[in-house]
Amino acid sequence: MTPHIQVRNLNAWYNGHQALKDINIEIPKQQITVIMGPSGCGKTTLLKTFNRFLELTEGARLAGDVLVDGQNIYERDVDVTEVRKLVGLLAQRPSPLPMSIYDNVVYGMRIHRTKKERRDYKNAVRHYLELAGLWDEVGERLHHPAVTLSVGQQQRLCLARGLAIEPEIILADEPTSALDPISSQHIEHKLLELKSQYTTVIVTHTLRQAKRLADYVIFMYMGEVVESGSSHDVFENPREARTRAYLQGVF
Amino acid sequence: MKFRWRRRHIGELIVKIIMYFSFACVVGSLALILWTVLYKGLPALTWSMITQTPKGGFYLGKEGGILNAIIGSLFMAVGGTIIALIFSLPLALYLETYINASRFGHWVRLSLDVLWGIPSIVYGAFGFTIMLALGMRASLLGGIVVLALLEFPIMTRAIDEVIRRMPGELEQASLALGSTKLEVATRVVIRQMLPGIVTAILLAFGRGIGDAASVLFVAGYTDRIPTSLMSPAASLPLAVYFQLGTPFPEVQQRAYASALILTIIVLVISFGSRFLSTRLGKYTVK
Repeated sequence: MTPHIQVRNLNAWYNGHQALKDINIEIPKQQITVIMGPSGCGKTTLLKTFNRFLELTEGARLAGDVLVDGQNIYERDVDVTEVRKLVGLLAQRPSPLPMSIYDNVVYGMRIHRTKKERRDYKNAVRHYLELAGLWDEVGERLHHPAVTLSVGQQQRLCLARGLAIEPEIILADEPTSALDPISSQHIEHKLLELKSQYTTVIVTHTLRQAKRLADYVIFMYMGEVVESGSSHDVFENPREARTRAYLQGVF
Repeated sequence: MKFRWRRRHIGELIVKIIMYFSFACVVGSLALILWTVLYKGLPALTWSMITQTPKGGFYLGKEGGILNAIIGSLFMAVGGTIIALIFSLPLALYLETYINASRFGHWVRLSLDVLWGIPSIVYGAFGFTIMLALGMRASLLGGIVVLALLEFPIMTRAIDEVIRRMPGELEQASLALGSTKLEVATRVVIRQMLPGIVTAILLAFGRGIGDAASVLFVAGYTDRIPTSLMSPAASLPLAVYFQLGTPFPEVQQRAYASALILTIIVLVISFGSRFLSTRLGKYTVK
């Protein structure tokens, strides 16, 4: 396996309370990695270290290295906006920006100046909305406010918006927890479709979703990585007693 | 289950009565003000009032109008509001985006609150002292600058309070796409909060156009329409003041007409802004 993200000796604290303990993991390229574990185990915290979002939380402190393609994203001369361009985020609840559907998709391309001409933007908007499976529903009303979409559509819009800046990695923090079952299915299908092109890291607390999506699994408990490996190994043949307990629904 | 008067019910009733009373006071005052201004001002409000400058003997009840004061007030309030905005918006965005909960932010907000509380005559006296030191005379420019000073803390704090209600996820969503903080502020915060920002600007404008004391010394008063930034300028609040101070009933009635004009300007601006903010709010995220 080729690792895309490597985490080395990572520790994190919120106001002195340790949330991540000595994390050492590797996340494979162009596969879906699922981080699972009970609430409060540090899944989301770990995810936030991959796009340097943890530093936005007041009182959060971090030690250790996160390497993306071998480059430590916490090194002093790293431009955080470039990190976040490379590592896209699909949040728990969709948050469309206060502008039209079209402008939402174009937003990232505009700030990173990835396109030159107006026509390029137009084509890109169509391309990414198709990629997120939203074009058929919104192609006719691109200039309507994004907030007029349903929550499920908004989440796909957020996916399109994230893909439009051409990231290599997609982070998804319980991306379906705010959605109805059909919209959730939509998002899951899209993530499966996209996995050949993107390295995807998903945080989830539903075991069934983890089983449906994962190629690679990281199981966390109380701020530690208990076990990680291919989904087959972890789900069928867990090495650790705590993983076995979690899979059986003990906690 | 039958209803019985208990202490809790009586308490609720008393508080409700107090609330209704306060409500009636507020609405009643507004109605009374409007009625007074309309009743006393409307008969004197003629076409020439708003299209002519004062002719000789105007203050004795003869011909003319207060176009000089209307134009002067609009120039000063619009100019002052624009200048105040140029400083307010960046400061408010800076407060919110960069130094929000820090100690420094706290001190900046406190100083703005103190500035807000300073009586406008003090701003006028301050401006006047500066102008004397610079050898300037009462002028439109002086009025604009002092109104800008007066409006600046109001506008900044009002915008600041608006921006503080910015949903955190929106900021995060735009940061996640690789925005800098400045891009978050200019491309997302302003758009999301535009209706509130417009309201804040108009709050400051209303305060500026209605203020008499601050422009008393610095802008002077003249019967002519200001032709340059350096010429003195009349204003509506002072027009009211001077006309009401004469012993002639006709002129006093014109003072009410002037007040009516001022009220109409403020009302038009308020309703206009309400309309504008609903239009601008089309894209905002609830």
